[in-house]
Amino acid sequence: MYDGGKIIVGLIIFVGLVTFPILYNMGKPAAMPELKLNTPEIQQLQEKHCVESKEYMRANHMQLLNDWRDWAVRDGKRVYVNSEGKHFTISLQDTCMHCHSNKKEFCDRCHTYANVKPYCWSCHLAPKEKET
Amino acid sequence: MSINRREFLKLAGFSTVMGLTGSSVVDELLKTKAEASQVLVDEKALSAKRWAMVIDTSKFKTEEDYKSVIQACHSIHNVPDIGNPKDEVKWIWTDTYEHTFPGQENEYIPEGIKHKPFLLLCNHCYNPPCVRVCPTKATFKRKDGIVMMDQHRCIGCRFCMAACPFGARSFNWRDPRPFIKETNPEYPTRTKGVVEKCTFCFERLARGLKPACVEKSNGGLIFGDLSDPKSEVRKVLSAHYTIRRKPEIGTQPSVYYIIGTGGNENA
Repeated sequence: MYDGGKIIVGLIIFVGLVTFPILYNMGKPAAMPELKLNTPEIQQLQEKHCVESKEYMRANHMQLLNDWRDWAVRDGKRVYVNSEGKHFTISLQDTCMHCHSNKKEFCDRCHTYANVKPYCWSCHLAPKEKET
Repeated sequence: MSINRREFLKLAGFSTVMGLTGSSVVDELLKTKAEASQVLVDEKALSAKRWAMVIDTSKFKTEEDYKSVIQACHSIHNVPDIGNPKDEVKWIWTDTYEHTFPGQENEYIPEGIKHKPFLLLCNHCYNPPCVRVCPTKATFKRKDGIVMMDQHRCIGCRFCMAACPFGARSFNWRDPRPFIKETNPEYPTRTKGVVEKCTFCFERLARGLKPACVEKSNGGLIFGDLSDPKSEVRKVLSAHYTIRRKPEIGTQPSVYYIIGTGGNENA
């Protein structure tokens, strides 16, 4: 092999460069996103409870929102009765975002962490960000 | 180790039964809470078998009468004002008699009607051609007769725009947001690449309110259930001679027009 040494050294450098990001971050967990739940709207609530339990919302909010969308737009049903029998108006902009008025510190933190890009906000209006 | 035919069949049968029952047990365990919850229609919501509108053109006299109705609709629904007819987005607008009722014009109709603007909006046809052509069912007819748009499903193919004989649909050629003067935070905007039109204020009906244009019209627009003989629209329709746009096409529009100049043409 002509110039074998150079080729092998080159290959080692190449593999090193390509795998550098993986090796560099190995064993270091990326910091978990911290969600801010203390918006002024939530602080005013007597009972700080979302439409379903925290655990359920964390795992299934996307399915819930998907159901909400079809119920409201396609079936014209806009009252959601949760597992405790409480009633809520089905609306992303007016119900969810009324309490969670901090999209940047609530929605976006996890979505950025998980690298998901929901296209809700290309039409739905996010609440105006307040200084906190 | 060999297995005879009888053993094999027993084993296969047993595993099939286990597989079938097993999956249903797992499904039952995974049933989420949301499925156990219910959805209801708001008690205050207005309902009908077929919503319809009568436009009493004699009640629209000044430029301001039209403007306030159009403004009421476009401002609450975040309809952009792009200011160029090619990219225009409209839910309710005006046009001349000749364009509104093609084939019905003649040389000798009163001047007051010839040059009068007529309010136009989606006709919410009983037999909507836009719904027939939509490949994704983004536009569909609700049980109450409203021809609805589900922006989540719209792929922007514009078949519905080609199908609509009334030009009631607008396409978002560009991002509408910079062209909305004041956004209503309670209603979404649209995005680039979707079609939009009047929805008979389905979101207001769900809260027990009449459409925004009807509320602003000072009696010029009458809204109600066409299938209910006691409703306001039916009373108006039985008391006045009305016409509809392009009835010969057979789409059965739900918007009726009482033709009158509103001036003193009889005086």
